[in-house]
Amino acid sequence: MTHRSDAGPAPVLALKDISKSFGAVRALRDVSLELFPGEVHALAGENGAGKSTLIKTLAGVHRPDAGQVLLDGEPTVFHGPADARDAGIAVIYQEPTLFPDLSIAENIFMGRQPRRALGRIDHKATHASTLALMKRLGVELDPDRPARGLSIADQQIVEIAKALSFDARVLIMDEPTAALTGSEVARLFGVVRTLREQGSAVLFISHRLEEIFRICQQVTTLRDGALISSEPIDGMTEDDLVRRMVGRDLDELYPKQDVDAGEVALSVRRLTREGVFTDVSFDVRRGEIVGLAGLVGAGRTEVARAVFGIDRWDAGEVELDGKKLTNGAPSTAMAAGLALVPEDRRAQGLVMDMSIERNIGLTGLRTTVKAGLMDPRAERSRSLDWAVKLQVKYARIADTVNTLSGGNQQKVVLAKWLATGPKVLIVDEPTRGIDVGTKAEVHRLLSQLAADGVAVLMISSDLPEILGMADRVLVMHEGRLTAEIPRSDATEETVMAAATGRAAA
Amino acid sequence: MADSALARAVRWDTVVGALLIVVLLLSFGTVDGFGNALNLSFLIGNTLPIALIALPMTLLVVSGEIDLSVASTAGLSGAVMGALWNEGMTIETIIPICLLLGVVCGLINGLLVTRLGLPSLAVTIGTLAAYRGIAQIVLGSDAVTDFPTQYLDFASGRIGDTFIPYAFLPFLVLLAIAVVALHATPFGRSLFAIGANEEAARFAGIRVKRQKLILFTLTGLMASLTGIFWALHYASARYDNATGLELSVVAAVLLGGIDFDGGKGTLGGAIAGVFLLGALQNVMSLQDVSAQSQIVVTGVLLVLSVLGPRVARQISVARAGRRAASAPTTS
Repeated sequence: MTHRSDAGPAPVLALKDISKSFGAVRALRDVSLELFPGEVHALAGENGAGKSTLIKTLAGVHRPDAGQVLLDGEPTVFHGPADARDAGIAVIYQEPTLFPDLSIAENIFMGRQPRRALGRIDHKATHASTLALMKRLGVELDPDRPARGLSIADQQIVEIAKALSFDARVLIMDEPTAALTGSEVARLFGVVRTLREQGSAVLFISHRLEEIFRICQQVTTLRDGALISSEPIDGMTEDDLVRRMVGRDLDELYPKQDVDAGEVALSVRRLTREGVFTDVSFDVRRGEIVGLAGLVGAGRTEVARAVFGIDRWDAGEVELDGKKLTNGAPSTAMAAGLALVPEDRRAQGLVMDMSIERNIGLTGLRTTVKAGLMDPRAERSRSLDWAVKLQVKYARIADTVNTLSGGNQQKVVLAKWLATGPKVLIVDEPTRGIDVGTKAEVHRLLSQLAADGVAVLMISSDLPEILGMADRVLVMHEGRLTAEIPRSDATEETVMAAATGRAAA
Repeated sequence: MADSALARAVRWDTVVGALLIVVLLLSFGTVDGFGNALNLSFLIGNTLPIALIALPMTLLVVSGEIDLSVASTAGLSGAVMGALWNEGMTIETIIPICLLLGVVCGLINGLLVTRLGLPSLAVTIGTLAAYRGIAQIVLGSDAVTDFPTQYLDFASGRIGDTFIPYAFLPFLVLLAIAVVALHATPFGRSLFAIGANEEAARFAGIRVKRQKLILFTLTGLMASLTGIFWALHYASARYDNATGLELSVVAAVLLGGIDFDGGKGTLGGAIAGVFLLGALQNVMSLQDVSAQSQIVVTGVLLVLSVLGPRVARQISVARAGRRAASAPTTS
């Protein structure tokens, strides 16, 4: 906390010895933070470390129990988010919430459009102001385009433009890259650099360590609500950062075991769903982890959905252990030994209001049954067994899953599917939005499963994850498989070339 | 938090159960003519149509759907029963035909909802009108009353001098089946999952459409059984039998704590809600409250029943929050 204390610029926004409790839980303990103009500051920590609480304190959502918020060195109290906004603090969330039927310009100037005589909205001025903002950000977006259909990346740009239109001096970006593709991340970082040069202070939150090293100058680490360190990023290594976050040395993040691939377990032949993906063929062998890479929208998730039977395919076939799967029938795919851990755990993986026990139990409705009735004891022991094996952290197995952290929710989804004893496991973005410690655990688990003879197909937008875990990388581009790259040849360059359609198939 | 005695105490279905007991005790004490066996048998007999349809309706609402055509299906069954009886068919042939008709009515609702993906609220408002219209075409404005005495006696009589109608016994059997089906079978478990998060249920390999189709069909079957019972109980088959019954059924089920958004509730609560409504209607009749005013009361109850469980849940969440203070998570 001694950083640049005597000379140089003053922090535009600072927290001093902030504490905040929720009931018995102390979410923040004596945490301090200083944000300087022209600096991108990373906030690192595992799930539950207190990052969200800290952001919400900065944004005026939470009032601290103790400590001060300093704006330009003056103690301030934010009575609500509007106070923070008026003070020039803007939060860009992972998934922006725009009005889909309004244009970009209307979204930016919602409720405070430039007016002409008789209170009519001055569309010309709105349009021009929006163009000016876009120019400032170095981005080309048509101000008159409706927000509906914009990619998440573009929506974030609109949110940033909106923040600038409020003369925001502090931008808090809460995991802005979680749903972005590589090139979208690059563009976002370009915008962030522009903002930095223009003198904004940026607080940047990401679970992807390499991004922190790419874009940030300063990093503050939280663990269990306490401040661990705040230091320049220069001279730090990823291992240093991980150690501060998890409080111990993390064994490898990508603990891939070498396994000899067995016979073909999953065979997809010329699978086509019109307008979505075309002529997709590949095999996954027992013991193999096959990575499925590609840009968001390339059709990876859609192939997985069709293989599992959520959507119907129009042509082609899928075989599991030599047995053809029925088109559009998840229950028969399950019975054949296929499991799918879907990309959206809250909407697709879990029933949030149901207990951990019953969520895991949902895949066992055929097995934990005695004489046609549920066998509650068998269900409980099956669920407990897998919750313990995957080290899910919970108070009681009967607690609803929405009481768990994101990483633990993901473990429940994995438990739910591993409990079926699958021969083929498809995981779609298995570590999205979960902290680095849990991520390493999930990777170890996948590696162990493959070693035990499970065929694993792993869809991921996290390129280091694909490169670190996959024996083979399949790449999709615009609905087609464009490349199959063995582990030895897989690099960021080869995979991205195929994903963007620059390489021949 | 669901396990703590404190949280259980404010569970809505227990509240309704307690309320039912309070209303019954108060009525015994203060309402003339309430406590005798004959009136109680009337109370139960008049409530049975609501109770019978409430069984499948509970399962349907738990799974996130609704069927508003039930009263029309019941009316149609009664009308067809009357028409066929006028044609000279035996009652033993007529009843299976009517039940089959109910199955068809339910199947139509189910197919429209599951195959065409239409919202069940809209579909069944449509068939509510259509089935009732067909009933009128079938029977016109006739009233058929001359059904065989042994059937009429069964549907309206009671066991000796007790307060128990004969028809209550088969209802108890159906109730037991429904309780087991909803709370102790994989089928019932899947309904809760479908109601709470249909997409997650699909991703868990649950055959969502098939389960819903089964439910709509069962609902049609039970509605037609109710229509048959209604015609015999009141010894009158008319096209407008059971008009407006769907309002009472839905009100009772929601009053019993079944969440209109699906995924929550118990059959015990729903049945407590049914008999609470039945008891109130009986008391109002004894006090000479007009039929119109009774409908107003039912409507108000419907609104309160949607409100009540939410308030109860918020109280229990707030208490759990104060106790444990679930930590805010960083996503």
